[in-house]
Amino acid sequence: MRPTFSIIAFTVLSGTGYGLWFLIGASLLAAWPYCAMTPLAGEPAPVYVCIYSGIIATALIAGFVLVTIGLLSSLAHLGRPSRAWRALSQWRSSWLSREGVAALLTYLPALALGACFLLVPSPPDSASGGGVLRFNPLVPVGPLGALLALGALATVYCTANIYASLKPIRAWHNRLVTPAYLLLGLYSGALLLAALTVLPYADFGPALPVLLIAVVVLAVCCAWLKIAYWRDIDRSPTIGPGRATGLEALGEVRSFEPPHTEENYLTHEMGFVLARRHSARLRRIALLAGFALPALLSAIGFALPSLRLAAAWLALGSGLVGLFVERWLFFAEARHIVIAYYGR
Amino acid sequence: MTTLPPPAAKKLGLVIDLDTCVGCHACAVACKEWNDGGDFGPLPDEEPYGAHPSGVWFNRVHSYEVERPGVGIGDSGFGKADEAVCAEPASSHPESRIPNARPSLTVHFPRSCLHCETPACVTVCPTGASYKRAEDGIVLVDEDKCIGCQLCAWACPYGAREFSNERGTMQKCTLCVDRIYNRTLDPADRQPACVAACPTRARHFGDLGDHDSPVSRLVAERGGYALMPELGYKPVNRYLPPRPRRDGGEDAPRPPASREEKLDRDALPGVLRWLDRALSR
Repeated sequence: MRPTFSIIAFTVLSGTGYGLWFLIGASLLAAWPYCAMTPLAGEPAPVYVCIYSGIIATALIAGFVLVTIGLLSSLAHLGRPSRAWRALSQWRSSWLSREGVAALLTYLPALALGACFLLVPSPPDSASGGGVLRFNPLVPVGPLGALLALGALATVYCTANIYASLKPIRAWHNRLVTPAYLLLGLYSGALLLAALTVLPYADFGPALPVLLIAVVVLAVCCAWLKIAYWRDIDRSPTIGPGRATGLEALGEVRSFEPPHTEENYLTHEMGFVLARRHSARLRRIALLAGFALPALLSAIGFALPSLRLAAAWLALGSGLVGLFVERWLFFAEARHIVIAYYGR
Repeated sequence: MTTLPPPAAKKLGLVIDLDTCVGCHACAVACKEWNDGGDFGPLPDEEPYGAHPSGVWFNRVHSYEVERPGVGIGDSGFGKADEAVCAEPASSHPESRIPNARPSLTVHFPRSCLHCETPACVTVCPTGASYKRAEDGIVLVDEDKCIGCQLCAWACPYGAREFSNERGTMQKCTLCVDRIYNRTLDPADRQPACVAACPTRARHFGDLGDHDSPVSRLVAERGGYALMPELGYKPVNRYLPPRPRRDGGEDAPRPPASREEKLDRDALPGVLRWLDRALSR
């Protein structure tokens, strides 16, 4: 399949954004209000103070930017972007439609949380430099976090199933495609969260070392999953013109004259050969830049706190480059059955 | 709606005879011509007279060689051909030492939309532009709703859908829905343009849901088959396989004469060789 930049950018960037939102939502659900909030004494009404609001607000904004860039870049792939709203109608049958619905619904808890963390005025006497917010305990931050995590998970699940449901493309109709999309989204989200957390105003306290270890573990899992996936697709047999035309019982079928001398939409869109020719090298690059280097840098950041800032941002940069290569390969390596008619 | 309608009794489709198709591309050209001027508007071409012309066609004719097992195409077959093959050469060129016993077959293969019973191209559509008609099973695209996401083309294993960059929407075979019900046409012309144009009558149009229809009887008689049924989309169109060859091919019933004793024609003097050839005709 021809790798289209708009779709690669969409799946990598929005995957990272949703991974980040998932982590923030899940930590709000798990930790709220036990460690993030402390009741404040001496107030007329019971008021809670959130001490890690800086990182939560930053992560919400970063996720919003990435998800939105991703979704807008996916619109660039459409022949008629102005009609994109119609894509929300067929969620009963279409994974693409479900993805659109899930993506829009996920904005709701994200915007609600954004309102909580960005619009609530900081108390003038805040003790730790802008990182403290006062909350009315009635604001349902925990449930909103749960909805955010659920929405992010559902959206990436739908994205993965757009590809995994396509039987004519065997490399996509594979049981490892959906787990890989989910895990890689979570991994790149964790890389980004670690990078944001080392920024001076976004302290995440004791969560940072845990996060760095999580990045290493996720990198190993992702690499293992991708290696298993590549081994899987390399083993699956290629369908040739004999099978496609139903003539294989008569003998070996070979195309001697294609229907057209120039490229057409099908051969242009689905007859992409380049990646399969260089796949071994590109896979090594994806593994190295995508997983090995970020894992190493995160381990260094864990061991040497003074290097954390540089290590986390280098890990993020390298990881995203690796994921772009990985996603480019995911599209470019996949072979569509229709090419069998052309005998390629 | 891109959810599928309940299964209907009527399944309009094509039956394509791979035995009689001569690969003249008349069906493809007639299709292009009708759909250029029909109700669906022009099928736009990019750079039609330029260096790299491209455009949407609903029908594409492939040509294949089917190589019989054991004999290579374009080579002598020595070393590949087994004993039995060499022992019974065809009489196409008796002086040739090439054991052309099982010659390869040429099959011309028109490829177009199969109007599947459970088409994935319809269910993946996010907008409802792709739909399957409940009344006759024709799969169509509503050009006014299509957003051009091209997912349907990815979902079709048969390459039936082509995207038009000019229009920004997906295009596909309509089974000439604007001809087959067209009361302004002569009843004889109410059939798809490709069927009407075929000079060897290799294309047949009819109701494959009706077991008694001429097309269904043709399919039953000739062993018509569906393309890649294992994918589960239940194509309606059927292909009729090439008939067994009469010239000594593997599938033909061998005449008793071919079971005669071995004769080394090369060892014969010229006159006898001519006699053998004349009598062998």
